[in-house]
Amino acid sequence: MTNVIDGILRDFGSAAGRGVVVDSPPGAGKSTLVVRAARTLAEAGERLMVVAQTNEQVDDLIDRLATAAPTLAIGRLSASTYVPAQRVIKHGTVTVSGAVGDMAASAVTIGTAAKWATVTDGSWERAIVDEAYQMRSDMLLRVAGRFSRALFVGDPGQLDPFSVVAVERWAGLSWDPMQSAVAVLLRHNPDLPVHRLPVSWRLPPSAAEVVSSAFYPFTPFEAGTKPADRRLEFSARALGGGARHDAALDETLETARRTGWALHELPARHTVRTDREAVAAIADLVTRLLQLGPVAYSEHAPDGRPVTVDRVAVGAAHRDQVAAIRQALAGTVAADVTVDTANRLQGREYDVTVILHPLSGRRDASAFHLEAGRLCVLASRHRHACVVVARAGIAELLDTHPSAEPVHLNVPVRFPDGWEANQAMLAHLSSS
Amino acid sequence: MSILTALARAEAVESGRAQPLTTVRHTHIAERPLVLVPLSLAGEAAAPLAAIVGTEPDQPRLLVVANPRDRTQRFDFVAELARVVLSYVDGCARSVDTGAGGTKLRYAEAPQVIVPNRGGIEFVRLLGRSTRFRRPFGPYPVHRTVPILGQWLTFLRERADHPGSSMLLAMTEVLGNHWATGQSGLEDANLAALLGWIDPPGGLDGAAAAALAEDPLRSPPAGPSTDPTFDNEILAPALAAVARSDSDDFARERALAALTAAVADQMRPTWDLTWQAVRLLRGRPAGASVEARWAMDRDVFTMYHMALAEGTALPQPRRDSAVAAAGRLDRLEREQARYDAQRALDDPLVMAEFRLSGEAFTGTVVAASPNRVDTSGKKAALRPHITVQTEDPVRLEPGALLVSPARLAQQAMVVSVSSVDVVLELSKGMGRSTKQPAPGSVPEVGERVTYGPVTDAYQPPGRFPSRDDTPWTHGGPPPAVEYGPSDNDAAEDWS
Repeated sequence: MTNVIDGILRDFGSAAGRGVVVDSPPGAGKSTLVVRAARTLAEAGERLMVVAQTNEQVDDLIDRLATAAPTLAIGRLSASTYVPAQRVIKHGTVTVSGAVGDMAASAVTIGTAAKWATVTDGSWERAIVDEAYQMRSDMLLRVAGRFSRALFVGDPGQLDPFSVVAVERWAGLSWDPMQSAVAVLLRHNPDLPVHRLPVSWRLPPSAAEVVSSAFYPFTPFEAGTKPADRRLEFSARALGGGARHDAALDETLETARRTGWALHELPARHTVRTDREAVAAIADLVTRLLQLGPVAYSEHAPDGRPVTVDRVAVGAAHRDQVAAIRQALAGTVAADVTVDTANRLQGREYDVTVILHPLSGRRDASAFHLEAGRLCVLASRHRHACVVVARAGIAELLDTHPSAEPVHLNVPVRFPDGWEANQAMLAHLSSS
Repeated sequence: MSILTALARAEAVESGRAQPLTTVRHTHIAERPLVLVPLSLAGEAAAPLAAIVGTEPDQPRLLVVANPRDRTQRFDFVAELARVVLSYVDGCARSVDTGAGGTKLRYAEAPQVIVPNRGGIEFVRLLGRSTRFRRPFGPYPVHRTVPILGQWLTFLRERADHPGSSMLLAMTEVLGNHWATGQSGLEDANLAALLGWIDPPGGLDGAAAAALAEDPLRSPPAGPSTDPTFDNEILAPALAAVARSDSDDFARERALAALTAAVADQMRPTWDLTWQAVRLLRGRPAGASVEARWAMDRDVFTMYHMALAEGTALPQPRRDSAVAAAGRLDRLEREQARYDAQRALDDPLVMAEFRLSGEAFTGTVVAASPNRVDTSGKKAALRPHITVQTEDPVRLEPGALLVSPARLAQQAMVVSVSSVDVVLELSKGMGRSTKQPAPGSVPEVGERVTYGPVTDAYQPPGRFPSRDDTPWTHGGPPPAVEYGPSDNDAAEDWS
C-alpha cells in the first residue's frame, strides 16, 4: 500500500507529465491518499488546489486534512448559501470564504467543482481532483484552466455522471460533455500514468471477491483483511419472537451475520416503485437487526464494537423509495439510520447495510436500473454484512431484457456491462 | 413511467379511449404551421424520395424525385422544397411584434414545421447536413437556395433539442405528451394508431381503431421509411418504368404520373392525420407559459434570420467543439428544468405527479400570522408563517424551499411537517414594507393553496473558457481555421 502511494506521489511530484490518474476500488484508502498527497505537497511549500464534488465531500476532506496536519492553513472556498459545518469550523486553521482572494495565505484551498467553476483568476501549479469519476467532463472543462498539473482520484466502478437531458448529439466525440472527467482526460492524454490501489480495507473478504469479479472484472482487487479478522455477533435474542414473520427475518439476518451476504426474497410481483411490502420488510429488518444487539469484531476493534444506528445504512435507487423507507422507520429504534439513494451513498462506509434491489418488482430493466455503478455502490458500502431485499423473479427479468442500448461509433466500450454484473451479483446472492 | 401515467394508461385500456395527461396544451400550435411528410428511399443514407408539404390542409404540395439515386435530380428536388420552405420562413419574418417593448426587435411569427414522427426530425437533420455545405459553384453545383435551406433545416433541427421549443415538432411526441393510450410506447410511435386511441373514427373504440391502423394498406407508414411490400410491389416497378422511359417523352410522362400517384397514396393519409392532430391540439386551451416559450422561439428565429440576411450567422460546423458542446449542454439543462417547472405550475395534473411523490401538496390554510417579523438577522425582515392542512402524503424535510403556482414571486420554506399539516415560512413578493405585507400577498385562512418544489426563476448560464482557452484536459484549443464549406463537401459519397 505504502509503496503504491509513494509511486503515485513520485509521479505527481515529478516535473514530467501533466497528470496522474488513480483508480480506487471501494474503501481502498482513496481519502488517505488524497490527505497524504495534500500534506506532502503543502509541506514542501507548494500552494495546492483541491477540487471535490459535493459540499459533504469537501467538509469530510477538510476535517481529515486538518486533523492530520494541525498547523496547515486551509482555505474552504464556498458559495454564499453554504453554512459551515461544525467539523470544519472546529479547526482554527480553516478560513471559510466565497472569494478566492481571501485564500492568499492558505497552503491548501478546497472547494466543490461547481464553486471552482466560478473562479476566474488565480492559477495553481498542482491540483487534486477527488471523486473524479463522479465529475462530468464539462465541469472539468470549466475548472481545468486554474491548474497546470493534476492528480485525479476516483472509483471507476461507481455511478457515471448523468444529465437531465437526453441528447445523442455528441456521442462518439472525444470531448462528449456527458462522459466522466477521467474518460475525457484519458482520451486526450492517453499517455498519462494510471495507478490502481489494489486492496480494499473496507470490504470484508466475503464481499471483496464478489464485488471485484462482478464490477471490476479486468482490474481485480482483494480485501486487506483475513476472514478471521471480521466477525459479526448478535448479543441479544430478539424480544417477542415466535411469529413466523419474525422467523424469516431472523433467518435472513443470521445468514448475513454468518456469510456477509443475505438475500431477503419477497414473493414475485410487479409493484409500483415504492413497493409497500418491500419497504415494510426493510423497516422490519433494520429494527430487528438493531434489537438483536449486533457487535462487530474487526481489526480496528478486536474486542468488539456495538453496531449502533450510525453504523447502519439503507440504500435504494430512487428518492421516493428513500422517502417511503424513512417514513416507515420514523418512530422506531431505527429512526436515525441513514437512508439514501445510491448517488448520495457514494463514498460512505457502514458496518451493515440493507439495500432495496434496483430491479425489485419491476416489469422492465431500463438502462437506469441496469447501471452497474448503481448496484456496485449499494453493494460495497459495508464492512461486515449486506442484506439485499428483492422481489423474486429478477433473474427472469434480466433474461427477458438483454441490454438494448444503441451502440455508437467511436465510443469506448465500458466495463463492466450492467446486465452481466447484475447476473453475477444475483448468482452469488442466490447461492449464499 | 410515473404512477399517474400508469393509471391513465390502465384507464385508457378500460375505457377504450386515450386519457388526457394534462389539463392544458403545453405546446404552441402556430396559426399557419408548415406540415412536412417526407419519404426516403430504403437502403440509402439520405436519399429523399418524395415529400408532401404545405400550410393549408387542403393544399398539399407534392414533390417527387423520379430517380432518388441520381444526385442532380435529388438536388432539383431539394431546390423545389427550398422554394416552399424558404418562402414560408421569410413569410414569418414579414411583420414585427409591436407589443414586445424595449429596443429588441422581434418578429410576430416564427416558422413551425410539423413532421409526423421522430423519424421525420432525423430526416430534417440528415437533409440539412447533406445540403448546408453545398455551393452554387465548383464541382456538382446546386441551386443557390439549397445551402440556405440546409442552414434553416439545421437550425430547426437544433431547436428541436431545446426543451419547450415548438419550432420543429414530431406530432407523435406532442400527442404522447398530452394523452396516454392503452398501447405500448413503441406502438405510440405510429401516428395512425396513436390517433386511433385519441380520436377514433365513429363507432370504434381505441384498441379497434389502433388495430385497423396497423394495416399498411389502410394506413401506410408515416415515413420517412416506406412499407417494404410497397417498395417491392409498387415502388420498384414504378421507378424502373421511369428509368426505362428515358428516350420516350410520352412514356416518361406516363411513368412519372404513375410514380407520383403511387407515392401520393402513401403520404396522403399521413398528411390528413397530421392535420387532424393539429385540430385536436388547437381544441385544447394553451398553458399559461406557452406564449412565453413561443416568444423565446421567435427571439431565436429573429436573431438567426437577421444574421443570415447580414451574412453574420454563426457557422454550423459538423461537430461541436469541446467548449461549444459544454455550453450547449448547460443551456439545454437549464431549459429542461425551466420547462418541467413551467408545466407543473401551469397544470394541476402535472403538479399531481409531485403531490403523489410527496414533493408537493395541496391543502387549506388553517392558520396564518401575516405580520410575523424575523429579528434574528442583521435587519428585521417580514417572514409570515402559514399552516396548511393537507391530506396529501407529504414527504418533505424542514428547510425545503417551495413555490406556489398562485404566487410565483414568493418563496416558502418548510418549517415543520406533521401527519396532518405543514408550516411554511414565506419570504419575498410581499411589497416593500417590513411590517405589513401587501394585500393578498399572504394566503388567508380558508384559502386553498398548492405548494411545489419547482420554480421557473431565471438560472444564470455557466461560465466556460473561450474556445482558444480550451484546456489540455480536453485536447487544447481546436485548429484556428474558421469552418466553411469546401469543394470536398460536394464530393462526399452520400451527398
